[in-house]
Amino acid sequence: MFKLGLIVNPIAGMGGSVGLKGTDGTETLQMALQRGAVPSSPKRAAFVLEKLSSISDKFQLITCPGIMGEDIAKKCDIACEVLKMDVTDNTKPDHTRQAAGMLLQENVNLLLFVGGDGTARDLAAVVGEKHLCLGVPAGVKIHSSVFALSPSYAAEITGGLIRGRKARSRLAEVMDIDEDAFRAGEVKASLFGYLLVPGVERGLQVLKAGSPASESVRQQAIASYFVEEMNNDYLYLVGPGTTTRELLRKIGCEGTLLGVDALKGDQLIGEDLNENECLALIESFSGSGIRIVVTPIGGQGFIFGRGNQQLSPRVISKVGRDGIMILSTPGKLQALQGRPFRLDTGDPILDIKLTGFYRVYTGYRESTYYRVEN
Amino acid sequence: MKEPFIHPYIPNSDPEIQKEMLKDIGVTDIDDFFACIPDAQRYQGLLDLPKPYLSEVELKKHVYSIINKNTSAEELVSFLGGGCWQHHVPAICDEINSRSEFLTAYAGEPYEDHGRFQALFEYTSMMAELLDVDVVNVPTYDGSQAAATALRMACRITNRSRVIVVNTTAPDRLSVIKGYLYPDFEVIEIGHDPIIGLLDLAELENIVDETIGAVYFENPSYLGFIETQGQMISKAAHSCGALTVVYTDPSSLGILAPPSSYGADLTCGDIQPLGIHMFMGGGRGGFIGSPGDEKFIQEYPSRLFGIAPTTHGEWGFGDVAWERTSFANREDAKEFVGTAAALWGITAGVYLALMGPKGMRELGENCIKRANYAIKKMASIDNLKVPAIGKYFYKEFVVNFDETGKKVSDINDRLLERGILGGHDLSSSYPQLGQSALYCFTEIHSLDTIDRFVAELVSILKE
Amino acid sequence: MESAAYKDNKNFHQARWEEPVIFELSTPGERGIFLPTIEPEIEELAGDVFDQMPEGVIRADLPALPEMAQMRVLKHYLHLSQENLGADFNVDIGQGTCTMKYSPKINEHFVRSPKVADLHPLQDEKTMQGTLEILYQTEQFLKSISGLDRFTLQPGGGSQAILAIVSIIRAWVDAKGLADTKDEIITTIFSHPSNCAVAKVKGFKVITIYADPVTGRPDFQAFKEAVSERTAALLITNPEDIGIYNEHIQDFTDLVHAHGGLCSYDQANANGILGITRAKEANFDICFFNIHKSFSSPHGCGGPGSGVVGVKEHLIDYLPVPLISYDQRNERYYLDYDVPNSVGKIKDFYGIVPAIIRAYAWIMSLGARGLLEVARVSVLNNNYVMQKLLQMRGITAPYADGEKRIEQVRFSFEKLKEETGCGFSDVQRRICDFACHIWSSHEPFIIPEPFTIEPTESYSKKELDQYLSAIEQIIEEAYTDPDLVKKAPHNSVIHHVAEHEYLDDPELWAITWRMYQKKYDGYFIRIGVK
Repeated sequence: MFKLGLIVNPIAGMGGSVGLKGTDGTETLQMALQRGAVPSSPKRAAFVLEKLSSISDKFQLITCPGIMGEDIAKKCDIACEVLKMDVTDNTKPDHTRQAAGMLLQENVNLLLFVGGDGTARDLAAVVGEKHLCLGVPAGVKIHSSVFALSPSYAAEITGGLIRGRKARSRLAEVMDIDEDAFRAGEVKASLFGYLLVPGVERGLQVLKAGSPASESVRQQAIASYFVEEMNNDYLYLVGPGTTTRELLRKIGCEGTLLGVDALKGDQLIGEDLNENECLALIESFSGSGIRIVVTPIGGQGFIFGRGNQQLSPRVISKVGRDGIMILSTPGKLQALQGRPFRLDTGDPILDIKLTGFYRVYTGYRESTYYRVEN
Repeated sequence: MKEPFIHPYIPNSDPEIQKEMLKDIGVTDIDDFFACIPDAQRYQGLLDLPKPYLSEVELKKHVYSIINKNTSAEELVSFLGGGCWQHHVPAICDEINSRSEFLTAYAGEPYEDHGRFQALFEYTSMMAELLDVDVVNVPTYDGSQAAATALRMACRITNRSRVIVVNTTAPDRLSVIKGYLYPDFEVIEIGHDPIIGLLDLAELENIVDETIGAVYFENPSYLGFIETQGQMISKAAHSCGALTVVYTDPSSLGILAPPSSYGADLTCGDIQPLGIHMFMGGGRGGFIGSPGDEKFIQEYPSRLFGIAPTTHGEWGFGDVAWERTSFANREDAKEFVGTAAALWGITAGVYLALMGPKGMRELGENCIKRANYAIKKMASIDNLKVPAIGKYFYKEFVVNFDETGKKVSDINDRLLERGILGGHDLSSSYPQLGQSALYCFTEIHSLDTIDRFVAELVSILKE
Repeated sequence: MESAAYKDNKNFHQARWEEPVIFELSTPGERGIFLPTIEPEIEELAGDVFDQMPEGVIRADLPALPEMAQMRVLKHYLHLSQENLGADFNVDIGQGTCTMKYSPKINEHFVRSPKVADLHPLQDEKTMQGTLEILYQTEQFLKSISGLDRFTLQPGGGSQAILAIVSIIRAWVDAKGLADTKDEIITTIFSHPSNCAVAKVKGFKVITIYADPVTGRPDFQAFKEAVSERTAALLITNPEDIGIYNEHIQDFTDLVHAHGGLCSYDQANANGILGITRAKEANFDICFFNIHKSFSSPHGCGGPGSGVVGVKEHLIDYLPVPLISYDQRNERYYLDYDVPNSVGKIKDFYGIVPAIIRAYAWIMSLGARGLLEVARVSVLNNNYVMQKLLQMRGITAPYADGEKRIEQVRFSFEKLKEETGCGFSDVQRRICDFACHIWSSHEPFIIPEPFTIEPTESYSKKELDQYLSAIEQIIEEAYTDPDLVKKAPHNSVIHHVAEHEYLDDPELWAITWRMYQKKYDGYFIRIGVK
């Protein structure tokens, strides 16, 4: 019997309708409620459950008490098992994390969650990359690629999995936004982590990047090309991302998914380095060249500034424009729909200097030249 | 504004219709659509082409006036083989592949084009039985392409970059293979026994090692003899982790054991003998057969059709593992997919269905017995060395004319004067065989035909 | 007065025979055709040939092919043919890039004539002068159409033509001693995937240029960055599959030439520019045509097609052998193997002879003025259809807003998907119910929910309107009754193949009947799995 876990973040998405951007923090939530905001995520959760009600005999629903799931299941007339936790009307991120942990224990086949980037972040913190999850979008901040394009897509994917469709999964980025900056009108998302999500059905583009099978195989192909062209006398500072991780794996190392690792030949000579450690390495390096290897992060295609701030303006300046190597699967390029890669190093003058075309490695012996703009 | 040119093939060539449509678009002249093409790139005037025959009766007369300069193998008596063979083409094969439903279809879905998917699934399924394998592809361009692709597949599967190929391989096929494998893969040729033609097993065992991805041979050989060392060749290949790739003649597999029975991992060849006219070498289709393991299936660059259920319990079909073909997914480019030979695949399916198990057995018997009868008859002619190479034969064999003092080309000229196309002249492609010719006998060569030919040949040699 | 049925095929139903898989029709003992009996004299002299053969040479069993009487085989395949929608049967403008034009039946006459079909390739050339003359003359036509100097007719299709081309580029690079320097080939994202794939097969690294998001032309700025002394060649199509002509093409070819590289013109999209522009004027060194597209040879369910490759004089020595040449002195055509640096053979024998003969006849029935009209009308038809489609809800034509196109357009149903939940694949299944095809795009799908329409010159205005009304009908349904579209097809040969895992999951897929039998018992009931 398919075990479906469900977590509903009831306050996600309330801000948007009343002109607030997100509902993180109790103050903002209060403001939203004062402005007359109505929770939208329970409606979206209900939509999905209703679409699944025709196959309710094929799955067992395990969810949170009260407004975090149980109430919605009851309204949709779907039997459910309720997790033993306390949920008050004033739900907090802690509740999401607690529920996630408990559903992990229950070994659910899919952890469906309804919310926004904040909810995704809470899940990533607990679940990590090991368990299949899927987000139903119900927040204003949807920058993570762990969400289906819409509640009906979420229902389609979930229904398929319940009916026995084999899930090919991939790691999808969980982003989070600098809240205050966002309210001030600036979008500054940052890579927080990754979740394992189910993939794309043929002919049905439900998640924004390409099909996961070809995505991960593509990443390996890029890694193969990189290794073929590598100079063993160079120092490579390898930024975060799943594409860059494949690169390290190809060489036989296991770097850090979210950190900057240093590579020379087939050895990792530094892991999860901060800015100063990067600079120190560069200073003391005696080989014939230094390279920075990055991959675009987040749906907006940022190659600097959205989760690899360790590669600071000082580090980049020391390496130089010509030392920047970009890896990107074609799926990520296509998702940009012709828009350029972006950068936000933190130094606006450096950003301007770095704009222009870069060679981007896209597959085995395949590359393109793509624009980077500030 | 151009002079109107109205033509039966161009419904909207009438100026009135064009005016109507242009009005709908809001444009005054068709030339406006080409305004985006700069003058430097515009071709001025009309193309340099002959005056057309606009009426069908004139066109027919003109084209037949040229076609009638041909004399086909069917009008003569032909013993030509060499990879393209004259077998009987059943009337029903022509009937089905001239049906416009199949002839003019292309890339529709497995709904409105269900017929083609089912016909091709049935073709691959029947070939699978003939080859005794689990997977067969939708046809590629021809046997040589199939061989070249099979060798690249083997290298991808074993992750190696060298292949061993026996040097009796058909010269043109070897050229295709070498071209296709260059530059990423190395082709090493090994020798054969000059008397019985078989692959030099000792040389093979000597040079095969862990750098070899595939060992390739042909059975029956291009030179007509049956390679009887299949088991041992496979053993040598497998002992080093290499795959065995065998090129075969599907018309022989009703009587000869299929390559999978003596260790072949990949079986390839051309379906031309299965109901396809020769078309001067323009009617060909390549097949690759393999076991059903995923590691083989993932390496096919061709389309593979699978069977699937529909919402209403019917037989449905579709492409298996489609993404395998759309991207160069793995390190090594998974070659390419293009428009190849689907109609011939359907035709071969019709042929196999008509023949059935007994028909294929009888076809094989006809070929073997007629060829071997011809060998015996020709062996009794003075100054001929028959067979010139090899011990056991399917439908072809080499005849050596050195001791007659005559050249094959002269003998063939004399035969042609008598309405006979003699065997293919091997003297330039296999100089070590001297003045030799490759003779082919199939089910179309009756006792009478063979006897009369022998008599003519005897008389020519006396001149 | 026209019937309602004519206007929109609303009552169309494709033949549905629920035809069993052929093995299910097998009846032991039935025979489809007889072979000649072996005469006693042959038996006597050669009958013992099996006894002498070593063990393992003769097949121990009979192959498990179906056993069916002749008329049953015919009936089965005729049923299947009725379940197939050939171009002759429908307004086949929905298979964009494929150029589904009329294949004149008189040309089938020529090709089926025994004097064409029953020639053996190794016959004495004296006996093949007819076909050789046609091949030679067709080459002369192609030289006029392209402006280039010599053609090979050998490749079996467009992708194999690309193989021939990249093999020539490889040989040329090697001959110049530049194999270490010139290891890159540049192509565009809208080019056929075979361009990239074949380049890699021949050991090149590929740089792909994306399209400018506004104009749709390949991004020249990006291209400038990509070209260097490492560039061996540019492989490009013009107009590209989205139907937009790149007027700056000469800037592209000039730049590659300035860096010592070659330029090759993929002319799969020649239909809209015959007699209008040529490879020569755009400064290409190499080009190829698909005979089964622009030159009317039928598509045969996926082949045989034919790809012919033309080159400028300086590359003639690399062409595959044999070429077809004419000996003035002896007034005969012959197979010419005298090609000093030939890449050898790309395929068995000489090429897809029946396709070339059809091309010959087609060109001879139209002439120069006819080919020009083919181009003009296919472009007129295309812009007419584009005009009408863009007036419908849910459809956009990304790139080059407001510009006219050449012979095809790639549209998007993304808006329809967003507004109704019905996307391309749903429309594709529903349009079968109207006796039509519609095709999306080559991978990758740069344009979301893509569909590509190429009317060609072969369909009348009324027929174009018929196709348009089918699309309009389906769009209406998407907005008012989306389930009807999503659950399609309803009037086709079979219903929806909804469970794709039977084609994607290695444990479930069955590529042959025997594989199916090994895994399933009855209708998709797994053997040995609960």
